[in-house]
Amino acid sequence: MLESYLRKRLKERDILLMTHIVLGYPSFEDSYRMVEAMVAAGVDLMELQIPFSEPIADGPVILHANQRALASGATVQKCFDFGGKVARDFDIPFLFMTYFNILYKYGVHRFAADMAQQGLQGAIVPDLPPEEGEEYLRSMEEHGLAPIFIFSPTTADERMSYLANFARGFVYCVARKGVTGADTSFSDQLKGYMDRCRKATALPLALGFGVQGKADIDFLRGKADIAVIGTQTIRVMEQQGIEAVGEFIADIR
Amino acid sequence: MINRGYYAGFGGAYLPEILVATFDELVETFYQAKNDPVFWQQYVEVMSTYSCRPTPLTFAENLTQHFGGARIYVKREDLNHTGAHKANNVMGQGLLVKRMGKTRVIAETGAGQHGVATATMAAKFGFDCTIYMGEVDVERQRPNVFWMERLGAEVVPVREGTRILKDAINEAFRDWVSNMDSTHYVLGTACGPHPFPEMVSYFQSIIGKEARSQILERAGKLPARVYACVGGGSNAMGMFSGFMNDPVELVGVEAGGKGLDSGQHASRLCSKDASVGVAQGYKTYFLQDSDGQMRETHSVAAGLDYVGVSPILSHLKENGRVRFEAATDREVVDALALTIRKEGLIPALESAHAFVQAFKEAPYLSRDDILIINQSGRGDKDIFTVADAFADPKWQEFIKQKAEKYRA
Repeated sequence: MLESYLRKRLKERDILLMTHIVLGYPSFEDSYRMVEAMVAAGVDLMELQIPFSEPIADGPVILHANQRALASGATVQKCFDFGGKVARDFDIPFLFMTYFNILYKYGVHRFAADMAQQGLQGAIVPDLPPEEGEEYLRSMEEHGLAPIFIFSPTTADERMSYLANFARGFVYCVARKGVTGADTSFSDQLKGYMDRCRKATALPLALGFGVQGKADIDFLRGKADIAVIGTQTIRVMEQQGIEAVGEFIADIR
Repeated sequence: MINRGYYAGFGGAYLPEILVATFDELVETFYQAKNDPVFWQQYVEVMSTYSCRPTPLTFAENLTQHFGGARIYVKREDLNHTGAHKANNVMGQGLLVKRMGKTRVIAETGAGQHGVATATMAAKFGFDCTIYMGEVDVERQRPNVFWMERLGAEVVPVREGTRILKDAINEAFRDWVSNMDSTHYVLGTACGPHPFPEMVSYFQSIIGKEARSQILERAGKLPARVYACVGGGSNAMGMFSGFMNDPVELVGVEAGGKGLDSGQHASRLCSKDASVGVAQGYKTYFLQDSDGQMRETHSVAAGLDYVGVSPILSHLKENGRVRFEAATDREVVDALALTIRKEGLIPALESAHAFVQAFKEAPYLSRDDILIINQSGRGDKDIFTVADAFADPKWQEFIKQKAEKYRA
């Protein structure tokens, strides 16, 4: 379902844009306005992060957003309510991104069932390798949801093929080592890495970590199918307000 | 990876993809070393020439008389170089770092003992070293920060989250995912993703091996009970592993903080505030809310102030092999005061938790019974905290005068 949407969209656009917000940061009302602005500016799909107290794969900006959201009273239930609302109000796919403990405590099967019921289309769970994800994979499959897996530059070819067996929708390729939000130097080296990813899977490839502006996205055209902008939109919002986020996205689109 | 380090459902390796290759290398290096008989010899050699192994087993005659019950022995891990059992794990991992050809080590620290031990190992082996330490703990354990820096380590105060041990672990992981080619993360306790729980327990097992043969030699019999404090659980795992197959009751003592009903404690295995979850790469009992968000923890002892616990101990709790108890801050300070006065021993605040429980039980046991308490570390590092707990007026006066001199 997600994959066919992406394929269709890729016939119209040479590169798609996925953005990321942390739910409840700074408030759920602001999160809604962020979604509204991003969809209006032409974003093709979005990751909605359910905040977690120990986000080990995230850098300082998103970490801080997680902590602020929790301090302001964000709960998993509110995130589900929010996810359902934006899925009904806007005509693009929404994914949940969070850490495995959130699913585990909610009940993995129930989490997938509620995602499907609310109209979400997939999930990114960065601390859940397929080896630990049997119940998750089964539940996602059962509800027609896409489990998004991650390739990294340290992932060997053999393991990429292994991960590709479980991936649905698209594969999220991390551009470099490290956590979210740091700079990435987009170079020809990246081309070699993306070629390796391409060989491992027929799914569309998203590229994220350090994508900050138009120049990065221009560089990624022809190499990746989806550019992921995560930390940068949160920075723009923090520094210039939500209105500026729409302009920022429209400019790089 | 085939063996993912499960202990009846606890443990595992919940890793971000970027670290999978690094863990594959670590697992391979560890098992090669573990299967190489020369490696353990080399480890024991380092520990007996650079640290004080075997550490003594001290008969606490005065405490025994005081309680009038079981004979109390104390395993002296405080006499390790750098003053705690942490040295065992750190030197062992240091040997693995050499095998892997890496040049930099990073570590988290709570009480600062693991940080000091890691910085010491790095100085000896010539590695670069960065230590992550929660801002709250930097404040609580300032003397250890001083020594880490003198030993050449960079100490990074962690200002995120609850600013204690778990937050330092998160920051160390964030460093590691950026620098894994050159860097090994010397995790300080028997927690985290596989192989850390097994690997750290393996190096710490030297405590229990020694203690068992020492008590048999000295007393001609096994102890009735063995006590160890439990933060992450490495000293407890080290001590307990020596008696796992014996008819010996194993007792782990957690940080009861201001009481189990106060919400201000760090008791994962004795309190209702904990439940099974997955964080920091492994599955175990965590102090968390119903959404899976980690709670704030509290203990007078920074080294026990942690939300999770070794998955191996969670398993041993469920199968009943280890009994878990909690000691409050107040009980700990009292037990520390008594131990200092009666025996001239100064256990760390962490270790004093084990003393509390042993003192509660000793009077009810026969004079023929033996108890062993693991004194996992020395308490002189806690001088600021202990002086505050004792409200020592002369110490306060001294600090004021010292501050005046610096101000001048």
